[in-house]
Amino acid sequence: MTAASPGIALRRAWAERPGIASALTTVDHKRIGRRYLATAMAFFAVGGVEALLIRVQLARPEERLLRPEAYDQIFTMHGLTMIFLFVTPLLSGFGNFVIPLMLGARDMAFPRVNALSYWVYLAAGLFMYTGLLIGRAPDAGWFSYAPLSGPDFTPGVNTDFYGLGLIFLGISTTAGAINIIVTTLKLRAPGMSIDRIPLFVWAWLATALAIVFAIPALTTAALMLELERLYGFHFFDTAAGGDPVLWQHLFWIFGHPDVYIIFLPAVGIVSTVIPVFSGRPMVVHNWVVMSTLLTGLLGFGVWVHHMFAVGLPQLSITFFAAASLIIAVPSGIQVFAWIATMLTGRPRLATPMLYAVGFIVVFVVGGITGVMFAAIPFDQQVTDSYFVVAHFHYVLFGGAVFPILAGLHHWWPKITGRLTHERAGAVSFWLVFAGFNVTFFPMHISGLLGMPRRVYTYPRGMGWDALNLISTLGAVVLAAGLLVVLATLVWSLRAGPEAGPDPWGADTLEWAAQSPPEPYNFTRIPVVRSANPLWDPPLPHVDDPLAGGHRTPETSLGEGDPQRILRMPEESWLPLCMALSLAVVFTGLITTTTVVIVLGGLLVGLVVAGWARPGAQEAPA
Amino acid sequence: MARRALGAVLLITVLTVAGCGGDQSTLDPQGRGADRIATLWWVMLVGAAVVFAVVLLLMALAVLRRRDGAPRATVLRPGPVMVGAGGILVPLVVLTALFVVTLRTLPGTSASANGGDRDAAVVVEARQWFWNVDYPSAGIREANVIHIPVGRPVDVAVRSYDVVHSLWVPQLNRKVDAIPGTENHVTFQADRPGTFRGQCAEFCGVQHAHMALQVIAMPQAAYDRWRAGDRATPPVRPAAAEAGEQVFMSSACVYCHRIEGTNASGNVGPDLTHLASRPTLAGGVVPNTPGYLAGWILDPQHLKPGTLMPGTDLSGPELQRLLAYLGTLR
Repeated sequence: MTAASPGIALRRAWAERPGIASALTTVDHKRIGRRYLATAMAFFAVGGVEALLIRVQLARPEERLLRPEAYDQIFTMHGLTMIFLFVTPLLSGFGNFVIPLMLGARDMAFPRVNALSYWVYLAAGLFMYTGLLIGRAPDAGWFSYAPLSGPDFTPGVNTDFYGLGLIFLGISTTAGAINIIVTTLKLRAPGMSIDRIPLFVWAWLATALAIVFAIPALTTAALMLELERLYGFHFFDTAAGGDPVLWQHLFWIFGHPDVYIIFLPAVGIVSTVIPVFSGRPMVVHNWVVMSTLLTGLLGFGVWVHHMFAVGLPQLSITFFAAASLIIAVPSGIQVFAWIATMLTGRPRLATPMLYAVGFIVVFVVGGITGVMFAAIPFDQQVTDSYFVVAHFHYVLFGGAVFPILAGLHHWWPKITGRLTHERAGAVSFWLVFAGFNVTFFPMHISGLLGMPRRVYTYPRGMGWDALNLISTLGAVVLAAGLLVVLATLVWSLRAGPEAGPDPWGADTLEWAAQSPPEPYNFTRIPVVRSANPLWDPPLPHVDDPLAGGHRTPETSLGEGDPQRILRMPEESWLPLCMALSLAVVFTGLITTTTVVIVLGGLLVGLVVAGWARPGAQEAPA
Repeated sequence: MARRALGAVLLITVLTVAGCGGDQSTLDPQGRGADRIATLWWVMLVGAAVVFAVVLLLMALAVLRRRDGAPRATVLRPGPVMVGAGGILVPLVVLTALFVVTLRTLPGTSASANGGDRDAAVVVEARQWFWNVDYPSAGIREANVIHIPVGRPVDVAVRSYDVVHSLWVPQLNRKVDAIPGTENHVTFQADRPGTFRGQCAEFCGVQHAHMALQVIAMPQAAYDRWRAGDRATPPVRPAAAEAGEQVFMSSACVYCHRIEGTNASGNVGPDLTHLASRPTLAGGVVPNTPGYLAGWILDPQHLKPGTLMPGTDLSGPELQRLLAYLGTLR
């Protein structure tokens, strides 16, 4: 058989026709992944503008640029946007695009569910932003503590965009996580036993498992909040025997694992980039895997450290303090594994590596201040001050955005087929690194000097004025750095040199595919013999009977032995219809229009029926 | 890069130490609890600096290479031993030490079981957006000011009238949340006389930023005089004040504010019995001067947008009389 003929047959089976219909019905993980990346970047830009407004308002004391109601909406939307609409969806974009390629698969396990995840994310994001467009955005903070978020104290529709929006978005996140779990466990290339799974995929597997267990707590809390707000229930109302602390527990049972949901895939990017640009496999690969899984697990046992000032019994907060200390150990292992890998390799400081190294520096700072919060009295002193704002930006901007920028430059050639400009990449890195530290480092000090969070203004003469001005100037530099990143990427699309399949000399399977990959990813499914398959040639392939059809192999969970050949679904209108039907339901809920809710429910039922209809999709090939 | 970052950290640390004099600074402790916490912070900062320096040094060794790409330091044999030592063994020792230090710091910062000083005990009720302060043993109520005697541990009970707030006076002790339906305690013990600023630390709505209070620590004798003076008969008042009382009692003020010994008994806004003795107005928005007080009474929404207090349309003479009256409420 010649190399060309299976390619032609595969193209006929996998290529989606261009056009609007195809754009709305696509189930291609690469198109969906690119959409996730682009949409999340758009939300990043909006959240960034909100951040700049916050910084301008706080640049000097007693500024009157923003009225307090506006400020409250903006800081709430900034948090919601960055956490729910930017970081996790963007990392999902990488997960969608890269994971099937890294695993040697032709798509995600459930391509239509994958499309559904995206459409629901987009719909939920627009739903939440509808509030801002009508001047009624959520304004009780991203963790909207009861009873402030209840019907008595924030009666407007604002917080409903929060509660209902989070329930809506949770559908997307959960569906996406299940997809990644099943893809990772069952769709690996033949021979990719569990010890040969790439670290980025491990990171996403740990993340997806955490999502499946964490999101229900958030959905429960949001559901209870909306029952209070829309239907007069009293879960958090002390006058009726409710308890506001219940909200805090439910929220942080989700909220702390969510820190790791954000952080783990980002760290997975770093664990991908550092070996590639050090030219050697990760030192103590298996320890890093264990650390990743352990972090995801321990992340569920530390939520009370967000509540040390609530007045819980001393014994229980001491227990959670100990757990919060222990969770630093897996992170320590990873930091030293990265350093050991660099020390024994030959690091090349290309743009992705610059961002990865910058990540380690800022993440160590954020990790150290994180450990400080386990020291109970210190936590009780600085919690809800700007020290916390500094800490979590070191962990979330430092710990997630730096890796995201590393991943963006690392996989850009794979996604677009073009290289980025190296010098421009270095310039952007130094601007972002300097801007980030100038913005957020002074916040440690303003917090220690007693500046509380979430204040729309502050009096002069408290020792906070200069620090806040420095932070605002840093934010301008940071924004400039991010604009240089954007310019670099746009330039690459127009004028970037051809990348070829493997511009970095990398080790994982996505670099065996074309850049950008063909719709079917691999002409012939590779057979994996190593944890770094491209560095340990030869890379054998599976021949027919796979080659020609719209199919991908299913392999066993542990050893990656071939088991079956799965026939993959074609393009479908079902995901978009489902997302739109759900949008009808949530529109009915936020306007408390029973007719619309029922109509939406019926539509959802219809789509479910269509989806469940026995058809050709499930027939064995 | 590494050296520059380290230099910046050191420089900023020095600046911090030099400039820690703000009156809401955790680094300028004036009481027992805050003092313990500040010590804990400095211990942790030294540890953090050492850890950060070691990591930066190792990173520098990894990244800064000779021209041929060979590592500068060949003495290191990175591998499981290095990762095990740096990532597991050393952290476990450091973290255990930190845990021990934490447990030893806790008693000095927590409300003690016996509740501190009974006589001086204070009950603080947090509300949107001010603090009611009661002295049960003295029958005194004031707002946005807490009086304590120097050198004695004072039990502060913290409640909430509406949403979650947090009482934070950084120079005296850690913060404690005000949760509806429960009562939390914190102990304030000031080492010297003075006025220590605090403010709400938990986001509580549109005027969270303007929910400040002052803790006034007085020597025992002065404190005793303050308590006794509170119950003394008011001094002879000027005629304008008498007329001002009429203005107050015949306007909408009485529906929301309480003034002891009068018919005004509202419980929506802060108690005004001791208004004239407060250092600031409206939860710390402006200093308590007749000018600001007049501005506040006429247009509170300008100074504190969203406050529950509506504006008034008093005439000039009425306002002057009202100010004269309010000035006698010490």
